[in-house]
Amino acid sequence: MTHKILIVDDEPNIVMSLEFLLKKEGFATETAGDGDVALDKVRSFMPDLMLLDVMMPKKSGFEVCEILRADTVLKQPRIIMLTAKGRETEQAKGLALGADAYMLKPFSTKDLVAKIREILAA
Amino acid sequence: MFLRDLTAKWRFVLAVAVLGLLMTGPFLLTSVLIWLGASPGMREVLVQHLLPQVPLGGMLTASGFLVGLILIRRLFNRYVTGMAAMVEELRLMLGSNRSFRITEEGPPELRELVRAINDLATQRDAYIDDVESQVAKAKANVEEEKNRLAALMSELAQAVVVSNLDGRILLYNNRARYMFESLAKGPTSVSSGALIGLGRSITSILETSQVDYARDTIRIQLERGNRHPVANFVTTTDNGQLIRVQIAPVLRNRLDSQDVQVASGYILLIENITRLLEQEARRDAALGDLTEGSRSSLGTLRAAVEMLADNPDMGTEDRDRFVGVLASEVTRMSQRLDNTLTLLADTLRQHWPLDDMLAADVIEAAGRRVQERLKLPVDVNTSTVEPLWIRADSFSLVSAMAYLASKIAEAGDVRSFALKLGSDEKFVHIDLLWTGLSMSSETVLSWEIDPMREDHGVNPPTLREVLDRHAGEIWYQRQRTTSQASIRLLLPKAKPDQDLLAKIDREPSSDRPEYYDFDLFDRPMGQVDLDQPLSNLVYTVFDTETTGLEPANGDEIIQIGALRIVNGRLLHQENFDQLVDPRCQLKAASMAIHGITDSMLLGQPTIDLVLPAFHDFCADTVLVGHNVAFDMRFLELKESSLGLRFDQPVLDTLLLSAVAHPNQQSHSLEAIMQRLGIQMEQRHNALADATATAQVFMRLLPALAEQGIVTLRQALDASQKTYFAQVKY
Repeated sequence: MTHKILIVDDEPNIVMSLEFLLKKEGFATETAGDGDVALDKVRSFMPDLMLLDVMMPKKSGFEVCEILRADTVLKQPRIIMLTAKGRETEQAKGLALGADAYMLKPFSTKDLVAKIREILAA
Repeated sequence: MFLRDLTAKWRFVLAVAVLGLLMTGPFLLTSVLIWLGASPGMREVLVQHLLPQVPLGGMLTASGFLVGLILIRRLFNRYVTGMAAMVEELRLMLGSNRSFRITEEGPPELRELVRAINDLATQRDAYIDDVESQVAKAKANVEEEKNRLAALMSELAQAVVVSNLDGRILLYNNRARYMFESLAKGPTSVSSGALIGLGRSITSILETSQVDYARDTIRIQLERGNRHPVANFVTTTDNGQLIRVQIAPVLRNRLDSQDVQVASGYILLIENITRLLEQEARRDAALGDLTEGSRSSLGTLRAAVEMLADNPDMGTEDRDRFVGVLASEVTRMSQRLDNTLTLLADTLRQHWPLDDMLAADVIEAAGRRVQERLKLPVDVNTSTVEPLWIRADSFSLVSAMAYLASKIAEAGDVRSFALKLGSDEKFVHIDLLWTGLSMSSETVLSWEIDPMREDHGVNPPTLREVLDRHAGEIWYQRQRTTSQASIRLLLPKAKPDQDLLAKIDREPSSDRPEYYDFDLFDRPMGQVDLDQPLSNLVYTVFDTETTGLEPANGDEIIQIGALRIVNGRLLHQENFDQLVDPRCQLKAASMAIHGITDSMLLGQPTIDLVLPAFHDFCADTVLVGHNVAFDMRFLELKESSLGLRFDQPVLDTLLLSAVAHPNQQSHSLEAIMQRLGIQMEQRHNALADATATAQVFMRLLPALAEQGIVTLRQALDASQKTYFAQVKY
């Protein structure tokens, strides 16, 4: 079965690499450039996993995460938060709000793929 | 017995009578006895022989009596009257003129006595001179120490204020005065927010709730045996400046136990950190941009590089796209680094003052605050396996928790709160829990960016700012099953430098300088108490210049001058000197008196700005003026329109002068000044007249005391009586 992954980041440069990477790894991908688009895409694309950037225009990654986790009807995607902020309290907050994992930029693409596979297998 | 109480004159009369009786009595008695014992024949013989001799006997007796009288008078003058004069001289020597000596005259015994008295007086003078010279020496020492302290303080680059336990200012240095003057906002030199002055409360320059909190912190630290307690806080002034205050107590041993030290006053070091903090905020923002931007760019670069490396067989088009990504990210990183370095140039490292403290202390303080503010029970649970330390500004943290609790209580029906302390490997958790009411995360999010008004006066910080200051985070969470909701505050764990804390505690406390022993420490000041002695009160002596004499017909104040008397001292530098634009043309007649012209009033503030500032200046003091009823009429006419009340006691030097010297014709300021020997060159300028009035007032106080007028109440009563007396006649 092909897993579906939604890539959410407002930086097109990284979206491009991540999309290339994940397609090559055999995942079906979709992308979103801000929080609002991300929420729409979750409902239409029904991803198994989301790569969610924290700092984004319109809605932050935290807000998207909270809204999704509060939705009792929706099929819940796994969430890996990506952030450029190093503050540890923020990572703790992300996990407390329902993220499954938290990756600090810059990360290695190998680690990311490993993390994705680990979470999807769990 | 009654002889002792007779006056000298009557004793003299009595002595003369006794002399007369002694000289005539025995003779007459003998004659009567002979007469009674004789036969009739014998009596005839006696009459015949003795009667012609009676004039001779009478004359002899009379001359003997005269000699006796002269003798008695001489004795009397020498001993009794001479003694009375000597007593008067003795009194003079005891009282007003102690160098006076009694002249030696009169009989030898008296001269001997006078000599002994004079010797005694000489001995006494030597003792008095000795004591006086020692007192003078001690006084000079104290004065020298005080001067040295004052010089030291004025050299300090930091603003220093010393207060007593009640928060009344006992001492401040020039830097403190300049700082608060420059912080003044508004039209006058002494506008509110800058009222620094001896005897004034420090809360007139600093936020009351923060000062109270700092004092509590110090008290608790002292109770725990910390010998060097210090509290820090940052406060915002009316005009948006940030002031950092460090408070240390002036300690002394408690009377009943030498080992326990209590605060007898406070030393405040005050710094304006607005610019430093602005710099820090800029630097933090720049650093944040740099790290986050770099991470983000590096993330992009790394992903792109790995794609290129891992896919050597990639098509040309894809390869060009990835190379393009590399080129643009590298350019952005270089630019970002340049920008940051420009921004960071010459910024100083300066921290918001965070202290190492036990999280449990903060939670307990927060619990008390929530309980006080919301009148709701708060269950505080601080039991943890090991003591948890955080780096915090406890005032703002406690305020933040109280703010959250009151927001929750406002949002719905909450009957009680719980505060719970917990931790994981890296963080301290402070949970504010309640049952029932649930809310949305957006609501909680909106609280983060609302200013917290309760504790912070003007320019309150937002919860987000406080969190950022502590590198903390909060979020709302809810247990579906138990309907228990909570807000978690997450703070990084701190590792206090235990060695340093221990070292500070070991330092001997005798290192501290010991020139704080001013009498003012124990004197209550500020509150106007009618039964206080006049010498203990704080006065604002003031005078106004006006456009004319009739406030009811549109005459206005054009100048207010005032200065303060604190602890019997005229404080020339703590004055109020302000011209006022009356918004009308000046009359030529009044210009001749005060010498103020229309052009001088151009651009001056109007009375609705000046009077509130003056009201603040004279708060909690007794008002003094000359013929002050006139000035008070001008003030009172403005009271209702400006929403002010000048309701403190008022003393009038005109009436007080009439009380002190009731037989004088004139009680004009000029006449009193001449009478009391006060020289003033400049007159009819509000501040100069207020200064003259103040000097008159201070000279009148001893004259009033001689009449038994010592308290404010007595002075007010006596003034009222003369006033009525004047009205009656």
